[in-house]
Amino acid sequence: MLGLGLTLPRPLPTSAELTVANEAAAPARGSCGTWVTCSAAGRGEGHVTRGRLSRERPKMVAAKRALPWLAASLRPISSTAAGSLPKQVKIVEVGPRDGLQNEKNIVPTQVKISLINMLSETGLPVIEATSFVSPKWVPQMADHTEVLQGIQKFPGVSYPVLTPNLKGFQAAVAAGAKEVSIFGAASELFTKKNINCSIEESLQRFSEVMHAAGAAGIAVRGYVSCVLGCPYEGKIAPAKVAEVSKKMYSMGCYEISLGDTIGVGTPGSMKEMLSAVMKEVPVGALAVHCHDTYGQALANTLVALQMGVSVVDSSVAGLGGCPYAQGASGNVATEDLVYMLHGLGIHTGVDLQKLMEAGVFICKALNRRTSSKVVQASSRL
Amino acid sequence: MGTVPSALKHCLSYQHLLKEQLWIGEPAAPPPALHPGQEFQISGFPDYVKIVEVGPRDGLQNEKVTVPTDIKIELINRLSKAGLSVIEATSFVSSKWVPQMADHTEVMRRIERHPGVQYPVLTPNLQGFHSAIAAGATEVSVFGAASESFNKMNINCSIEESIEKFEEVTKSAQNMNIPVRGYVSCALGCPYEGNIIPAKVAEVSKQLYSMGCYEISLGDTIGVGTPGSMKRMLEAVMKEIPVSALAVHCHDTYGQALANILTALQMGVGVVDSAVAGLGGCPYAKGATGNVATEDVLYMLNGLGINTGVNLYKVMEAGNFICTALNKKTNSKVAQASFNV
Repeated sequence: MLGLGLTLPRPLPTSAELTVANEAAAPARGSCGTWVTCSAAGRGEGHVTRGRLSRERPKMVAAKRALPWLAASLRPISSTAAGSLPKQVKIVEVGPRDGLQNEKNIVPTQVKISLINMLSETGLPVIEATSFVSPKWVPQMADHTEVLQGIQKFPGVSYPVLTPNLKGFQAAVAAGAKEVSIFGAASELFTKKNINCSIEESLQRFSEVMHAAGAAGIAVRGYVSCVLGCPYEGKIAPAKVAEVSKKMYSMGCYEISLGDTIGVGTPGSMKEMLSAVMKEVPVGALAVHCHDTYGQALANTLVALQMGVSVVDSSVAGLGGCPYAQGASGNVATEDLVYMLHGLGIHTGVDLQKLMEAGVFICKALNRRTSSKVVQASSRL
Repeated sequence: MGTVPSALKHCLSYQHLLKEQLWIGEPAAPPPALHPGQEFQISGFPDYVKIVEVGPRDGLQNEKVTVPTDIKIELINRLSKAGLSVIEATSFVSSKWVPQMADHTEVMRRIERHPGVQYPVLTPNLQGFHSAIAAGATEVSVFGAASESFNKMNINCSIEESIEKFEEVTKSAQNMNIPVRGYVSCALGCPYEGNIIPAKVAEVSKQLYSMGCYEISLGDTIGVGTPGSMKRMLEAVMKEIPVSALAVHCHDTYGQALANILTALQMGVGVVDSAVAGLGGCPYAKGATGNVATEDVLYMLNGLGINTGVNLYKVMEAGNFICTALNKKTNSKVAQASFNV
């Protein structure tokens, strides 16, 4: 037990157990410890632990039956059901940067480091650690150097950092960064308001970073904001998104993360936008970064997966509100995303239980409620 | 405080306030047709989706606060003006079991009955059915489940016994030309049994359909389903029942509802249940949400260019009304994003 009011849900079966379960064709039972944990399989075969719930009255047991649903959903999906869904999805965890950056309360450095370390334990392959931007603009990220130097760097895990310009890039490299990100946008007005220049000028700034990164052998990820709508311009033409994405890809970004910055997109607009972008950038180099401000994030992500996208950004506990809609949510919660992906039989390498623990930890530190519905449903509060 | 935007206090109408929000507009033009050779999994969506609004019954029933009769009636009247074609009004169940619905007769008698709008009511047995008819009901619903344990815990009988009870209702209903809608709970999982096999859902659905239910609403009662399990379940059910007679009733307890609804739409389902403001928590996961919010469903359908006939602004107004009355925050993300303070 965590002592944080969170009841750890029943652990998940290994694929071996599932095979046995399928052959036996028995419905999942709850009241005795027949399930085993399947932890981060992406890191090599997971260790196995057993869990056992005490016998309780049905209502209490029911309240704790959170994650066994994953077990049931993990049975092998027929090819007709899965269709063209990717077999695995890389999750890019943006909570420590994008999430915290949009939280009102300043988080102490040690808490940030602990969060990132906990996330590293979950099996997440990419964790956006911090942002090398001036503390004048983003006070939350003022401790960028300390954070990057203070975290445990797990083997096989990337810790990209934001670098809006050459100066930030140099500071990042000096602090030990091995991967950086640059942020473009598909909207002129948004770019103007955000970084006080045109899209073209911003791309010029980025090319400086690209050259330096190329010379240093550092991978660069490109973000395109406002791909499904802009808080200032309104609708954004898919062709514009394709144009900016293409430029950033041609400059040398290994991956382009397409962000529905204000969460206004729906499956229809997602499909349209991706169709345009996929003419210019191979789908293997694309990621989606959906905000859940209008509750559409998972539906939009599903559509992206159906179109072949296999990289998805999300934020533990759904950290990060929306600066353009006060009181509204922002990033989609990693827990909810993982729940969906695992339910689809898609491999992520992420241990959902550990992820939930990390989310509970940071929410406590921030004194806020989680935005993850999976955690809300699993909590005993 | 609460969800009432300050603009309201200055007597601006919601319509005026919300129209300033760029994103709450008329349904978008349908997405462009796929080019030949582009083989995505996205199949055609229905042109039109019927929304079955369950807030006043399923929603309120799962709210802790007992709602005064006048408020219930006002809510239903507002929803009637929003363009919804089906609004589940109340439940003719013993007030001992469901105190929230004790005023069923008064609600049924006093709501405005808008032409073209159906006001089905729950009738768990023949007695409830007769009371409902006496109170003026012209459509009823019966609630089955795909889980023996759930049935036992909920209505203290087996699935088979419950089917017998429902048959009494459907027979009487048929004699009086009253349409009956059938619900199947626990279609994607049960809080007691865990996994539910699709074949069982298909079996119970078929029984309800064969006895005369014109539509079967498949409910993910605890919201544990994901697009994969939704697809598998629908595939099984669609072998027994035409898709045009199917509806999905997704709970958003794990945040999966819209993704699950999208999957159902892709498979041809054209009827979706939802609750204004996402009313109704989950009795099996304390503090968790239940019904998916009608506003959020509408937002998605509008964005897909699917016709519903429903005015999202008006639903949001109704949602704001009931949340204020209940002194609670809306569960609709669209409403949260749109009511700027």
